[in-house]
Amino acid sequence: IACLVMYLFAEFDDAANLLAANPDATTISIDEPVEIPKNQHSRLQEPGREEDDELLGTDDSDKTELLAGQKKSAPFWTFEYYQTFFDVDTYQVLDRIKGSVFPVPGKNFVRLYIRSNPDLYGPFWICATLVFTIAVSGNLSNFFIHLGKPTYHYVPEFRKVSIAATTIYAYAWLVPLALWGFLMWRNSKVMNIVSYSFLEIVCVYGYSLFIYIPTAILWIIPQKVVRWVLVVFSLCLSGSVLVMTFWPAVRDDNRRIAVATVATVLLLHALLAVGCLAYFFDAPELDIPAPIIPAHNSTTKVVLEQ
Amino acid sequence: FPGLADVSIPQDIPVEGEITVPVGSHSPDEDYSTLDEPVKDTIMRDLKAVGKKFVHVMYPRKSSALLRDWDLWGPLVLCVSLALMLQGGSADSKDDGGPQFAEVFVIIWFGAVVITLNSKLLGGTISFFQSLCVLGYCVMPLTVAMLVCRLVLLAGAGTGSFIIRLIVVGAMFAWSTLASTAFLADSQPPNRKALVVYPIFLFYFVISWMILTFTPQ
Repeated sequence: IACLVMYLFAEFDDAANLLAANPDATTISIDEPVEIPKNQHSRLQEPGREEDDELLGTDDSDKTELLAGQKKSAPFWTFEYYQTFFDVDTYQVLDRIKGSVFPVPGKNFVRLYIRSNPDLYGPFWICATLVFTIAVSGNLSNFFIHLGKPTYHYVPEFRKVSIAATTIYAYAWLVPLALWGFLMWRNSKVMNIVSYSFLEIVCVYGYSLFIYIPTAILWIIPQKVVRWVLVVFSLCLSGSVLVMTFWPAVRDDNRRIAVATVATVLLLHALLAVGCLAYFFDAPELDIPAPIIPAHNSTTKVVLEQ
Repeated sequence: FPGLADVSIPQDIPVEGEITVPVGSHSPDEDYSTLDEPVKDTIMRDLKAVGKKFVHVMYPRKSSALLRDWDLWGPLVLCVSLALMLQGGSADSKDDGGPQFAEVFVIIWFGAVVITLNSKLLGGTISFFQSLCVLGYCVMPLTVAMLVCRLVLLAGAGTGSFIIRLIVVGAMFAWSTLASTAFLADSQPPNRKALVVYPIFLFYFVISWMILTFTPQ
């Protein structure tokens, strides 16, 4: 603990000045802890776990825990308490969005970008944008698909906005709640090295939904193949962010439970994408005007669908 | 007070009077309270304030009148008229038509409240009702666009009318967003301006979408 406190003080200039008044033995020990924890970790752990340092960030996880405790000190009924969740600048939000769209293999999104400053701005407004993007794109795509038909009368389908909002906000807040509860429960049984706070999980889920915004816009293209390629592509990107975040948190657990957890996370994510595609975007069927002979109809349908 | 050391008060001057000190001079308003003025004056004063703010939105300059003397009459009138004009849209048997009156109302007011909360949480210095006032008044260009759209739709609903409506709604959307940004951006911390402007953009985009997709029965 003393080494850790010294390590913390080494980061502040005025504290270093204060300690410079002390004998040399103490001043030397300020610099050492900066290097020693990393070396100790690499020596004490097995070689196979070295890649975990980047994933886990164990050398500064304690520091971030301390800082996290210092930050949110206002009581929860004051306005300042909630302001601590919006303590992000424009470039930070853009960085986090970039990190969710271009996942670097081996880097943990939470440790790299969130770093004990989880924000609620990103998750809330990304979900809001996604709701309206899906509703508007679905409406536009249906309009273009049914454009030529004489019996088609355009409706704005405003009901779907509230359905989209309920679905997406429920996914972005209830699934993290369930996952956090599950991880806390497993944490009480098996000592995991990594544990995430509820807000960090909400953050990861919120930012991982960003890739669906351009995907929803591109879903306007009325080609089945294009749409499914887009689904797979966006699922790979955001799914990999989620997997790389949550795999270290369950890896120390029973193998089957770890795999089942990650598989459930991915499955729910896929279900959201496929469900939105199926509900908001009509299937782009190729129309045949007034088929006369049913047999002829089925053969022409087969020919056209190829 | 050295200069007053040798002043003595003669015994025959009565030392009496009012204990209260008059603050400044009496303004005409205080001589008779606004309770006694003609009703026309009361109404005209409020109407003039609302009208002045409409002019400020039409020609957005950096003036503090919109922010200082906020009122919510203008936003209420605009919101109700916009919601009324969005009625009478098409609705088939699936009831998937345009937004209902309550939906428009809720979107505008709830959206404005959420944007205000967002800007205050990000560290903005504007007050809650001032921000609501600005966001509500800046819906005016879109209300004008809705009026134009309904008139254009009376003439016909073909592709030409759609292009006209698209251009009008697009221009009014840009006007609304720029007007409200001009009033609100200054009260935000400089490195978070984009974070505050984006929800305003989304808000007016949703309203523009509702206006553009309005199709009469």
